[in-house]
Amino acid sequence: MSILTWTWILTGGSFAVYIYIAYWARAKTTGDFYVAEKAIPPMLNGMATGADWMSAASFISMAGLISFLGRDGSYYLMGWTGGYVLLAMLFGPYLRKYGKFTIPQFIADRYYSNTARVIALVCAIFVSFTYVAGQMRGVGVVFSRFMDVSINTGVIIGMALVFFYATLGGMKGITYTQVAQYCVLITAYLVPAVFISMQFTGNPIPQIGYGSQITAEGAALLGNPADQGLYLLDVLNKLNTDLGFAAYTDGQRPMIDVFFITMSLMIGTAGLPHILIRFFTVPKIRDARSSAGWALIFIALLYTTAPAVAAFARTNFIKTINNVEYAKAPSWFKNWEKTGLVGWKDKNGDGIMQLRKGKWDDPKSENEVKIDQDIMVLANPEIAKLPNWTVGLIGAGGLAAALSTAAGLLLVISSAVSHDLMKGIVKPNMSEKEELWWARGGAGVAVVIAGLFGIYPPGFVAQVVAFAFGLAAASFFPALLMGIFNKKMNKEGAVTGMIVGIVFTAGYIWWYKWGNPAANNAAGWWMGISPEGIGTVGALLNFVTSWAVSKFTPEPSHEIQELVGSLRYPGKLVVPPSSH
Amino acid sequence: MTIHATKELQAYWKENLTIISVLLGIWFVVSYVCGIMIANQLDAYRLGGFPLGFWFANQGSLVTFVALIWVYVWLMDRLDEKYDVHEN
Repeated sequence: MSILTWTWILTGGSFAVYIYIAYWARAKTTGDFYVAEKAIPPMLNGMATGADWMSAASFISMAGLISFLGRDGSYYLMGWTGGYVLLAMLFGPYLRKYGKFTIPQFIADRYYSNTARVIALVCAIFVSFTYVAGQMRGVGVVFSRFMDVSINTGVIIGMALVFFYATLGGMKGITYTQVAQYCVLITAYLVPAVFISMQFTGNPIPQIGYGSQITAEGAALLGNPADQGLYLLDVLNKLNTDLGFAAYTDGQRPMIDVFFITMSLMIGTAGLPHILIRFFTVPKIRDARSSAGWALIFIALLYTTAPAVAAFARTNFIKTINNVEYAKAPSWFKNWEKTGLVGWKDKNGDGIMQLRKGKWDDPKSENEVKIDQDIMVLANPEIAKLPNWTVGLIGAGGLAAALSTAAGLLLVISSAVSHDLMKGIVKPNMSEKEELWWARGGAGVAVVIAGLFGIYPPGFVAQVVAFAFGLAAASFFPALLMGIFNKKMNKEGAVTGMIVGIVFTAGYIWWYKWGNPAANNAAGWWMGISPEGIGTVGALLNFVTSWAVSKFTPEPSHEIQELVGSLRYPGKLVVPPSSH
Repeated sequence: MTIHATKELQAYWKENLTIISVLLGIWFVVSYVCGIMIANQLDAYRLGGFPLGFWFANQGSLVTFVALIWVYVWLMDRLDEKYDVHEN
């Protein structure tokens, strides 16, 4: 069967499953809609969190990015997993003990302030929309590349599906669909990686395979029998340096920048509302801890495979393209040339493809080959000559990753509108039924806006990911941490801290991305910290400001301090009279 | 489940904070120290085909993160039992 047929079968089949699950898990109460009645078993919640977390970018782009960045790319690997340790120990169990529905609601209650609620609400909506725009675009891109439909048609199909299960099922529908989506995406990611690892090194575990020696079969695939018995990474390092790149296993970026980016991604992860609310959905506090453990197992499965895919794909790509006559180029190269993800410009007129350091369209560079990072995952099975069904799986997996993340984000937006804005501020007396309608309506409107972002992508989407993590790091992370671990932190401190953190981080990113882009390089940055890493500094400023302001303003009331105290213990807290 | 003396609660919280500090110390060492700050020096040693610093940044820190959470889960379950604050 052809790749196209396989893609339609696997995608169609997975969509049918998602729709069935959504119908089966439809929500009846606001508790269902926001937190799935707190009845999700921790392992399934971990799986859903994994699907929620791993976006179109993780699935399609990350391995490719790493294959270009080499060791520096590890800040994505560590940054996007290390945050779960913080979630498990610093936030998850205490937020579950709090036991209500949304992050802005927690901030409002803990800091007894509607101003704090509004700041949190705006941040949550901004961060989620930033993030969701990329997902809907990702859905369209996967459809257009694998199924011969236009990007816009793809976005509309994706919108219709998410609209159906997000408005019908709320958190409950989304969670169970995400469990199915995790299974699809992880299979799609692992199968080609396992195959390729076996081809090259005979080891079926890619995480170990890319640190192993190349077998005779692998050396034959690479067209160089002398490579047999050498470590794959040594061969890749030599390929890189021969072509003028830095060695693959060496770092390039200044250490301070790698440090700050990793930290910003970690604390940003721990401050993202769509991940935090997952801890509201489990039955018990101890489940919140173990569900973070499950989530990280499921996430690490993909995140430890990604660098293996990166190393294999880069070796394979260089070997099959570099110094090869264009007329004899493999068929996948010509197929993908149509999409613009790869390209070739014969600058020296010898009819041979030279892959070197530098830009392919820069006349001064010797490089003649264009490579888009996404090709490393999308075309990986074809480059390795794997069976057609594995290529079809990539399409279904990419869609699962994009749709599951989109749904989780849309729920945050819808609950921010219905629960925090409408019920919390505008109309506190509304009935549960009415609130549920606002929630469904909010989700519906959010899907449509997200779809429009997908069809008319704002030019800044790629750049605003730094924004999403930076803002989450500079606003939510410190506010939540102090809210739980510092009983004396008061409204004045938290509000000024959040404002300082947000304004500083947004201002810094704005300046280098739009204000003065010419200075956006290591020499131009303050202390050598890139806009991607500045959220860490924003968070520090937030901490310092909050602490200083809280010293000069009144302490929170006794009731608030007791609320904080009660978060710290599982079980029902009965404070003995002697403590009053 | 009811809670007894405030003193005991404070002891429970203190032990929790100690556990968190130790585990986050390890979290910092494997990722920021081994994977970033001294990665170049560690690269002089090898783990199979991996330069050691590169391995910590690519694989080692992630595997340790998973282990850290499960150790926390286990320690906290025991602590909840010890102070009798666990849920039913």
